[in-house]
Amino acid sequence: MSEQAQLLPGTLDLLVLKAVSLGPLHGYGVLLRIAQISGQALLVEQGALYPALFRLVRQGLLKAKWGLSENNHRAKFYELTAIGRKRLREETEGWNRLAAAIGSALAAKPEEL
Amino acid sequence: MSSYLRSVLARLLNRARVENDMDAEIRSHILHRAEDLVRSGMSPAEAERRARIEFGGQGRFKDEIRDAMGGGLLESLAQDVHFSLRVLRRSPGFTAVAVLTLALAIGANAVVFAVLDGIVLRPLNVPHPQDLFNIESRKGLVYMSYPDYADLRDRNRSFDGLAAFTLDQVTLDTGSGDPATVWAVDTSGNYFDVLRVQPYLGRFFHASDEHGINSAPYTVLSYTFWKNHFQADPNIAGRVIRLSRHPFTIIGVAPPDFYGAWSFFSPDLFLPFVNQEQLTGADMLHARATHSLMMTLGHLKAGVSTADAVADLDSIGAYLGRTYPRESTTTSFSLARPGLFGSFAGPAIRAFATGLMMLAGLILLAACANLGSLFAAHAADRARDIALRLSLGASPVRILRQLFTEAILISLAGGALGLWGSIQLLHILSVWKPVPRFPLVVPLGADERVYAAALVLAFLSGMLFAAIPARQAIRIDPYTVVKSGRAATGRQRWNAREVLVTAQIAICALLVTSSLVAVRGLAKSLRADFGFDPRNAMVMDTSFNQAGYRGRAVATMQDRMLKAVQAMPGVEAVGSIDVLPLYGGAPVSYVFPDETTELRASEATASAQTFKISPDYFHAAGTTLVGGRPFTSHDDQGSPGVAVINRNLAAKLFGSATRAGGRYFKLQDGTRLQVVGVVEDGKYVSLTESPAAALFLPVLQSPSMGTTLVIRSRSDPRQLAPALRSVMRNLDRALPVYIQTWEQAFDLVLFPSHVATYALGVLGALGAMLSVTGIFGVAAYSVSRRRKELGIRVALGAQRKEILNAALGRAFRLLATGSVAGLLFGILASRVLSNIVYQATPRDPLVLGSVAFTMLFLGLAAAWIPARRALSIDPLTLLRED
Repeated sequence: MSEQAQLLPGTLDLLVLKAVSLGPLHGYGVLLRIAQISGQALLVEQGALYPALFRLVRQGLLKAKWGLSENNHRAKFYELTAIGRKRLREETEGWNRLAAAIGSALAAKPEEL
Repeated sequence: MSSYLRSVLARLLNRARVENDMDAEIRSHILHRAEDLVRSGMSPAEAERRARIEFGGQGRFKDEIRDAMGGGLLESLAQDVHFSLRVLRRSPGFTAVAVLTLALAIGANAVVFAVLDGIVLRPLNVPHPQDLFNIESRKGLVYMSYPDYADLRDRNRSFDGLAAFTLDQVTLDTGSGDPATVWAVDTSGNYFDVLRVQPYLGRFFHASDEHGINSAPYTVLSYTFWKNHFQADPNIAGRVIRLSRHPFTIIGVAPPDFYGAWSFFSPDLFLPFVNQEQLTGADMLHARATHSLMMTLGHLKAGVSTADAVADLDSIGAYLGRTYPRESTTTSFSLARPGLFGSFAGPAIRAFATGLMMLAGLILLAACANLGSLFAAHAADRARDIALRLSLGASPVRILRQLFTEAILISLAGGALGLWGSIQLLHILSVWKPVPRFPLVVPLGADERVYAAALVLAFLSGMLFAAIPARQAIRIDPYTVVKSGRAATGRQRWNAREVLVTAQIAICALLVTSSLVAVRGLAKSLRADFGFDPRNAMVMDTSFNQAGYRGRAVATMQDRMLKAVQAMPGVEAVGSIDVLPLYGGAPVSYVFPDETTELRASEATASAQTFKISPDYFHAAGTTLVGGRPFTSHDDQGSPGVAVINRNLAAKLFGSATRAGGRYFKLQDGTRLQVVGVVEDGKYVSLTESPAAALFLPVLQSPSMGTTLVIRSRSDPRQLAPALRSVMRNLDRALPVYIQTWEQAFDLVLFPSHVATYALGVLGALGAMLSVTGIFGVAAYSVSRRRKELGIRVALGAQRKEILNAALGRAFRLLATGSVAGLLFGILASRVLSNIVYQATPRDPLVLGSVAFTMLFLGLAAAWIPARRALSIDPLTLLRED
């Protein structure tokens, strides 16, 4: 458990968009996919996923439809919309810039000043 | 409109869809997770349980989803309402008390306001009522003679026409045996034109229809009478009916809700005054000394002030006084609003209704204060809950909205309930016939305005009392609350609540005082000495003029009636009087000392109520003779004029009752009368009057048409009624009689006192209920706030008395302060009451004692449960709890 990192506020949406961009998923699937692509390092509280999913649908970034899961259960599948795809691109770029900036800031050594 | 509805509907449907979606999706999630867990070796039941736990608090996430989906005002409102209902359902006691408190206050206000609106605020139901005035003498309401009225009408330059009327009972020949007695307004021909009323059907009579005595045999029906007696026959105009044996043509029907110039009396029909001779047997058109018109009224001309009009009238009055010094007794005038019987009853009714409205307003205020503290206590009980929500990141705005939604829900429920109750009550009032004999109506302003006002009032009170806990809630410091279990509230706010409760107790004490004063006054007036004794007596009204009796026939018939009734078994005594005391007042005579030669009204020693009685009247009425003798059958036309006077008049004329016997005095027409007896003082016009002069004349010497028999019974007087009726039928079938016990007849006299007593009693009970909840709230809150402290005291060995003092001392100090303040206000308020209720005074040990006892009792009742809670505190349990 201690190996897992807490999500920064605001990053859940980005992760969800990323997870869904790799193929349509139901809610539990999104959770598994995030765990998988983050190498089990990121902890998402299970229930907290759903407000984010509903919000993203409402914002038009995701679209949802009911279908059957691999275990033959009814489940709601989420898919990226065109806007969602665009938003994911922008957010990814933004995040990368931020990560690079923070990374370089944290890597700074006294002699480089 | 329909598109708006559609969008609302769509949103509601959408909301339902989201809810379903949410539930299904969460179920699906837990199912998938549980299957994964089973695959990793867990038992299905355990896996299911585990999946649920991992998911976390569903309610919270659903709330977050709703928030995320929200945005729409309607959704979040529905959500707030949903949540509030849940909260309220969880504390049914609080909800019930709050709703009921508000319902009572709103209901009381709606009813009182409807009555106030009907009686006081709303002027007469005629066009342009604001410049309609009736003419009174400077001393108050006065009857006017027809010639004086005609002079005022023709000579004044201030009024746009002057109309006059008087009230009359006439016999309607129903064509089937017993004649019906109906109430008529005998009016001047211009009556409807002056009041600017249009007929509902047919036409009205006009001044142009009058051509001297008995020239206008027309009648206009009131709307109610037309509906009830003529089945709303649309072809009624032209039909001839017989009134007091004379034919009158129905020419029209007055509009609904037109009651003539009074707002509380519903007459059956309107007749031209010029035909009054046919109804009463006396020509009053030319009798300047007979003051037969009850009221004279008209619209002021545009631009004429009331002062101008009074000056104008006074100059005519001066002329009349000069020209007819003996007959025209009213020479200076004043103006009053006509609707409530002019200045006779208007000011008292207005003061009472306004006072009632103020009391009702105070009750609403008290209810708000109460609800404020109820809500505050409720909010304090939920402080932990609110603190938790705040610390979990709920926005203060959201929590405030929540509190306000709760308050508004309660206020709407309370308002609706109160309104429903008031509508029921108003309906009962509107069909209520307070005095069966008289067509009194209770004018009610019950319309949409009242209901809208009540709902707005409820809504505003809701906002007001929600504001108190709201202020408290947002100041909550989550940390302190979670730690100590109670919100640390400032000292000052608590004091503000104490002030509210004290004010409320004061209001309650005021109401209790007033209602007790009224009840006591009423009880006294049933037992007081009025100069006659209404117990064990029947009164029987007859109307000779309606039955066509004239001249000598009246006296003969009176004599036959008295003899026949006297012969009935069970009758102790029977007497006749022309007008029963307290039945609207008898004619007034100016009385002069024997030596006076200038018999001008201004020189009179006294103006005395003058009654014409048969020899045995005093015995039958239970009036005590102080000195001398009553009349005998020998005091007739053939013997010298005699009179019996009351103590008051004796004192005015001769200095004292003992010196009056055998002495002489004069009336204005020069008649010289010898005093043969003196009787005790009594009440003649109203119960609340101060002692007045009265003069009794033998009916054998001063014949009178008006005849009321007073029959004193040996046993229950009601048993006499059937026999009386058959005796009268044997004497003359056509003579209308009205038989009731004297106490029943007294209901009319006591009507105002009854109304005052009921109204105050109901308001007092309301106030008492509110006080109980108020004190209960304070005491309960105080005990639950100080449980820890009390527990420590118990642990340290405090006695029961000390615990009670610590827990409830403050509540009782508030009770004492409030009660004393309320009592003082009540004493002040009783001045208004004393105009309405006989001998209404709070300076009565019984009243004061009862108020103190009632308040103490209320306090004990309210503090009972909190006191038991305080005494049952067990320090050990308390320690374990936290």
